[in-house]
Amino acid sequence: MIINRKNAPEFRTFDNINLIKPAHRKLDNGCNVFCFNSGDQELVRIEWVFENQRFDKNKPLLNVAVNTMLTEGTGSLTASQIADKVDFYGAFLQVDYGYDHSQVTLYSLNKHLQHTLPVIKDILTDSIFPEKELETFIRNQQQKLQVSLQKNDFIARRIFNKALYGDSLYGLVADTDTYKTLHRADMLHHFKQMYQPSNCTIVIAGKIEPEILELITNTFNDDWVNSAELSDVGQPELVASTEHFYFTEKPDALQSAIRMGLPAINRNHPDFAALQVLNTVLGGYFGSRLMANIREDKGYTYGIGSGMSSLKYGGALFIATEVGADVCKAAVGEIEKELILLQTELISEDELSLVRNFLLGSLLGSLENVFSHADKFKNLYFAGLDYSYYDRYVETVKTVSAEHLQQLAKQYLNFNQFYKVIVGKY
Amino acid sequence: MVKFNRFTLDNGLRVLVHEDNTTPMAVLNILYDVGARDEDANQTGFAHLFEHLMFGGSVNIPSYDEPLQRVGGENNAFTSNDITNYYITLPAVNLETAFWLESDRMLSLAFSEKSLEVQRNVVIEEFKQRYLNQPYGDVWLKLRPMVYKKHPYQWATIGKEIKHIEDARIEDVKAFFKKHYNPQNAIMVVGGDVKTEDIKQLSEKWFGSIPAGEKYHRNLPQEPEQHDERRSTVTAKVPLNDVYIAFQMGARLDESYYAAELISDILSRGNSSRLYRNLVKEKQLFSEVHAYMSGSLDKGMFVFEGKPLENVSTEAAEAAIWEELEQIKTELIPADELTKVKNKIESTMIFSEMALLDKAMNLASFELLGNADLLNHETEKYLAVTTEEIKTLSNQLFRRDNSSTLIYLAEKA
Repeated sequence: MIINRKNAPEFRTFDNINLIKPAHRKLDNGCNVFCFNSGDQELVRIEWVFENQRFDKNKPLLNVAVNTMLTEGTGSLTASQIADKVDFYGAFLQVDYGYDHSQVTLYSLNKHLQHTLPVIKDILTDSIFPEKELETFIRNQQQKLQVSLQKNDFIARRIFNKALYGDSLYGLVADTDTYKTLHRADMLHHFKQMYQPSNCTIVIAGKIEPEILELITNTFNDDWVNSAELSDVGQPELVASTEHFYFTEKPDALQSAIRMGLPAINRNHPDFAALQVLNTVLGGYFGSRLMANIREDKGYTYGIGSGMSSLKYGGALFIATEVGADVCKAAVGEIEKELILLQTELISEDELSLVRNFLLGSLLGSLENVFSHADKFKNLYFAGLDYSYYDRYVETVKTVSAEHLQQLAKQYLNFNQFYKVIVGKY
Repeated sequence: MVKFNRFTLDNGLRVLVHEDNTTPMAVLNILYDVGARDEDANQTGFAHLFEHLMFGGSVNIPSYDEPLQRVGGENNAFTSNDITNYYITLPAVNLETAFWLESDRMLSLAFSEKSLEVQRNVVIEEFKQRYLNQPYGDVWLKLRPMVYKKHPYQWATIGKEIKHIEDARIEDVKAFFKKHYNPQNAIMVVGGDVKTEDIKQLSEKWFGSIPAGEKYHRNLPQEPEQHDERRSTVTAKVPLNDVYIAFQMGARLDESYYAAELISDILSRGNSSRLYRNLVKEKQLFSEVHAYMSGSLDKGMFVFEGKPLENVSTEAAEAAIWEELEQIKTELIPADELTKVKNKIESTMIFSEMALLDKAMNLASFELLGNADLLNHETEKYLAVTTEEIKTLSNQLFRRDNSSTLIYLAEKA
């Protein structure tokens, strides 16, 4: 058979993305439960998601420390007993701290849920943050921080966040002394305020037979009551710095970390999806302009990318890379060129159609299993959006014009307004 | 249970198909049976550099990435000491694009000088970013040559030194391609919303006409058994001391592999593990301490790594690790503790069936080991391990004269 290897095979675009939508139930204690029932494996992932409490700049680590230490002991279980129970039943227990929410996640085979769920219940209702465990936590965190502070990209990220977000959960820059502000009494109080049913959303994904759902809802409805004190989830206003350029010199650096960008819109803004398309063109995929120029043409770096963050009280657009120390200035110059190009020249329909298809393929590919459907839901739910968001997203990706993207570039991609952080040599 | 169908083309290309219609996506994974262990000692880092060059255009297609992104696909690759693995994820309706791209670069590369020049620079930056400009980043460059004296595992996939990458010439690239990149040395797995009959047709159409090439016969120097205690100390600008102890262990197909992995789980998996509980929590000697295995196809490494607290000497830290090893060598582990790590293996296996790409990669790896169906018998092999076997193997592995200890000291300002 003679085949034509020069030309690409025919391909198809697709019109609809089928998202699994959750069943919803509200427990008597105010906790919302969302259920994604799908899949063949007899297992579930359960997430308990709590909104973080108001930032206190005198006790800046409370949110993260309380979350991280939830597995370190309760009134009836020591840290090692918690670990034993979870591990014995082949389950995975994670605590995750995010800028807006903190959560506890349990991955468990259904057949062991009756043993693993009570441990979570205990953690969420009766954590006691034992003094000895707190000392260990502080000491180990301080050591890990010392290692992180040797990494240029870590330092660059901290400086950047501080510049954009100031004194807030988003801009927090801890040094080893900051850990000394942690005290058990504050943590207990923070825990009682934050980890209560009215501030909790439970998201379940997996094969959820009715009796499994009953087990879960019963465990977290009965005798899990709200405390007298309301959760305080408001946050101070974000104040960006007036200084836009930060250079930290590392005389021995082989590479310099570069991070630059500016506060931008979040998912709730009507331009967000279009800006995501623009971001993708700039640095959001392997074939992006930044990669094509700075890695694939110049060979200055192993990788460069741009990204957008969407947080409850703000968002950012940023570019990050680590480049050879001797080509740092040249790399910054190339980044500026790429930004100006997006402002002055229309993106060709050829490039734009590639990015459209790439983004639609990525969306489809991001729905790997039932867990991913739950993740998509969380993006919406915690931003106060509904499923029509994804319809609008798909529509925007398919139809946004080069002119509109150019206008967004003029609005959001002004190199002169960027916060620029360099760690290494410049 | 990961079901699959299998067939082989006349040119020797092995193809496995895993039908999973719960997803609208497809993956195409190609494993080439070549890794850093197949490199010349004076041209290390070449397999990995070559992986980069596989994206620099093929004989009929100037750009690899662009047409794939145009149909909504994504791809990546990795090189290890044993294998080089390439994978594509894309909407299943556009699967043929993946066949077109992968078959053309198996047929022949473009061998562009520009691509070689740029990727040399990219890989040198990768060398700096991951191995030189990171605290402790060069540990493997130092530890591997201690553990391996003969076998090519003595160098890391990135290579021994940047110069080897700088020296790569286009003739070397062509020779490497001819030697390793042909249907006989490859295993392809296609998974997702696909039908085996369609994959047969597509495979014949796109790969059937590629010449079989020469079969590469691996003949590597094997690493002799170690009978001497090896030690080394380095000082560097790092914030904390770090202790590494590496032991030689069996190859991936060695019967003892399963017991070894369970030993590593008992010692280091999760917060209930012995090292974490005893050395981090109770005795408060380390801020972190881990055990893990290289899992390599030839003789492997069983490694301990720990960062002692600042008031703890590296001698005390090392002694504490040995104390744990003596314990597992002399006392049978409690049955419950063995059940615990077996339960974890079982659930991990079930959770891994949620991820299409993982399934495809696993099938390819086990096919390379001899038969993809081994994947579906892994759990039972772990479940069969006894407490006595754990003790016996611990005694075989954790001997002073089978150890290589690297003490990484923080330079005091």
